[in-house]
Amino acid sequence: MKDGAVLEMRGICKYFPGVRALEKVDFTLREGEIHALMGENGAGKSTLIKVLTGVYPKDGGEVWLKGSDKPIHIKSPQDAQNTGIATVYQEITLCPNLTVAENMYIGRTKGPLTNWSSINRKAGKLLDDLGIPVAATEQLGNCSIAVQQMVAIARAVDMDCKVLILDEPTSSLDEQEVQKLFNLMRDLKSKGVGIIFVTHFLEQVYEVCDRITVLRDGKLVGEYVIEDLPRVQLVSKMLGKDFDDMADIKSDADTANIDLNETPVYQAINLTGTTGIKPFDFEIHRGEVNGFTGLLGSGRSESVRAIFGADRVVGGEVKIDGRTVKIRKPLDAMKNGISYLPEDRKLDGIVGDLSVRDNIILALQVMKGFFKPFTKAQAEAFADEYIKLLNIKTASQDTPIKSLSGGNQQKVILARWLLADPIYLILDEPTRGIDVGTKVEIQKLVLKLAAEGKSVTFISSEIDEMIRTCSRLIVMRDGKVVGELKGDDLTQNKIMATIAGGESK
Amino acid sequence: MTDKQISSGNSVKGFLGKMVSNQLFIPLAALLLLVLFNLVADPTFFKIALEPSSTGNLILSGNIITIIDNASELAILAIGMTLVTSASGGQDISVGSAIAIAGSVVLRIVKGQPADISSLSFYGMLFGAFLLCVAVSAAFGAFNGALVAYFKIQPMVATLILFTAGRSIAAWINNNDNISINDTRFGYFGNFIPGIPVPTPVFITIICLVVIALVLKFTNLRLYSQAVGINASSSRLNGINPKSIKLLSFIILGICVAVCGFIKVSRTSSITYSVIANNIEMDAILAVALGGNNLGGGKFNLTASVIGAYVIQFLTTTLFKFKVSSSAISAYKAVVVILLIIMSAPIVRKWFADRRNRRLAAKAESATGKEVA
Repeated sequence: MKDGAVLEMRGICKYFPGVRALEKVDFTLREGEIHALMGENGAGKSTLIKVLTGVYPKDGGEVWLKGSDKPIHIKSPQDAQNTGIATVYQEITLCPNLTVAENMYIGRTKGPLTNWSSINRKAGKLLDDLGIPVAATEQLGNCSIAVQQMVAIARAVDMDCKVLILDEPTSSLDEQEVQKLFNLMRDLKSKGVGIIFVTHFLEQVYEVCDRITVLRDGKLVGEYVIEDLPRVQLVSKMLGKDFDDMADIKSDADTANIDLNETPVYQAINLTGTTGIKPFDFEIHRGEVNGFTGLLGSGRSESVRAIFGADRVVGGEVKIDGRTVKIRKPLDAMKNGISYLPEDRKLDGIVGDLSVRDNIILALQVMKGFFKPFTKAQAEAFADEYIKLLNIKTASQDTPIKSLSGGNQQKVILARWLLADPIYLILDEPTRGIDVGTKVEIQKLVLKLAAEGKSVTFISSEIDEMIRTCSRLIVMRDGKVVGELKGDDLTQNKIMATIAGGESK
Repeated sequence: MTDKQISSGNSVKGFLGKMVSNQLFIPLAALLLLVLFNLVADPTFFKIALEPSSTGNLILSGNIITIIDNASELAILAIGMTLVTSASGGQDISVGSAIAIAGSVVLRIVKGQPADISSLSFYGMLFGAFLLCVAVSAAFGAFNGALVAYFKIQPMVATLILFTAGRSIAAWINNNDNISINDTRFGYFGNFIPGIPVPTPVFITIICLVVIALVLKFTNLRLYSQAVGINASSSRLNGINPKSIKLLSFIILGICVAVCGFIKVSRTSSITYSVIANNIEMDAILAVALGGNNLGGGKFNLTASVIGAYVIQFLTTTLFKFKVSSSAISAYKAVVVILLIIMSAPIVRKWFADRRNRRLAAKAESATGKEVA
């Protein structure tokens, strides 16, 4: 093994039917480093992690761990944990109805009797040491997602892990919470733990990581020290081509043809929901791209859900092209030409076991009616068209959507709503948890749709993404619209200031 | 490397492997195994004869006919149970009790008729009785469905209510009288129509299967109930009303129950409230499981469930044939069933499929290795 290495994977191969998911990939993790694992969707990041944690058996190669004189075989996630490889997933895998301490020690107490007070003490001390701001006796479900994630890490650390894998831990955290998590990571790093950090956020990689390993199409592109690899180069290595500068995207957009005096495509007056947002007014014009922004929980998602009728609407007036309409449930919105791509892809977007084809035609089929199913040939033609149009990577139309990578799942959902041929498209976090290449594709698509005369509301946690695509931003705080920015006001600083308050408008 | 290149190497093996992981494989294989077993043990098992019955009709008789005849109710129930399983992710355990109610409703109407009634008005009355029985059963189905869809009670718990109360309600409908219908025409639907050598329930089953096949072809029932069963929240955001779909699946099962109840009372021209269709709910659920359907809901294969129903009946008849005492028959059945259920469990089928994929991938690897060399 190399000097200082705590984990070495050599020549790892993994095949799926018809696909070489990993081909002779090497990966080295040193003691006390934070190592980013980067790559597009389908590059093999998740597969590599799953091989390492024993979820998938490997088809070739060796895994060496510090302190053992021969390659180790990891047969199951439990096995991985016992050998000191701990994983914290994007989704919290703890029990929300237990306390923090119970979650940290569940399954690890010996004998039938458990001295909870001593365990609470031990847990409390560990949480203190790691600087996690929570009491050991607090019920986990009452903690913020960030704290829950940190508790999961604390559990891993206490189990004496040498290798800590963090798989997209930051995708549901806000800026402050991310900082807390990073502090914890730095702390663990100084204690000698090797951390593998999987993320799609480039800024975060450059903020905390020491080294980057880039994968592409199941092959190793290279391992780099962070200082030697500027951002643009990282992206071009991930994409395997010269990076199509995202900053240029905006130039495609022709904002001149939006006529604000025209009747809005969609207009809401005093729209009142039941999900804790204040009544709000909103309008969008033909060919316009606007966005809701604000911190997590500010009510931006709740607002668009009210527009789509996804949550109960109790008051207000809605006009489509100046006509008053009633939108009480999603089907009403769909029939009025509104499409909505939900924030939580897994929970509200995909229908996991259904094929890619069924997932694509779903919305249009429902609009067409229960007694008018598409013929198989029609459905296949639709699916074919959109798989090509959006360049969806899938083995076939019949593949269950859940076996696609996150970015491709998102494209399928996009395809579903594009097929419904909306006049007004709402995209809530369409780029969350997907790779840079697909992000750019989606942003371009949004601008292309606008150019074709459709209206789009775009929500993203990444402000630069919003600045690039939107011509008008509605800023929300605590369930209230607190400002509207357009034109020259659309700068990072101005938006931040409005979100934070104090200097609104 | 594409899929095609990998599989072309050994297409026969690939085909076999594909068949093994197909959902229809296990129920069909079980059926075949039962046939083979009987062929070896006693070939006369398959003897079918055309002989006069006690009433002087020429009818087909033999074990196979008995199986196909007796499995009718189970096959019809399997249709509804599969849909309920798919949409609600649970099972209805009240179908046996509901059949008692349906049968009792039919008898309540039929018993009051004078014996010398003309054929036309008799069948008209019978049709009315059937429609009423469909309405009552659909209403009870809707009751179950409403508990599941609107009150979000687990299907097994929700249907426990009717499971418990059903047979009492059935008895109450006829004041707990022992009814026996003397008009032979009433028995045509559960036995034989004069001049036709095939048992009537077989035709009724075929009609039910054709109807459901048409419904699945000309409506979106399959897509909707699968979508609701897999992800109700996402279905709702796509404009589907998950509650109505769940309710609908229970109503369809209610209609299946009505048909079964009608056949059941016609078979004997009488009813014993506590015995009629006893434990049939378990066999119906079993048929769905045997068909390799996920009992947690979602994707379903109706053909597999129906074949599962016939497998269960085949097994029961085989055991009877080999003089297994009726008290021990359940134990024998359980042993066979547990094997079949494990074999057809989605997780086991997935394991077979994975194994096949690994082998194919390894083959592909060695093939390309040679090319390079």
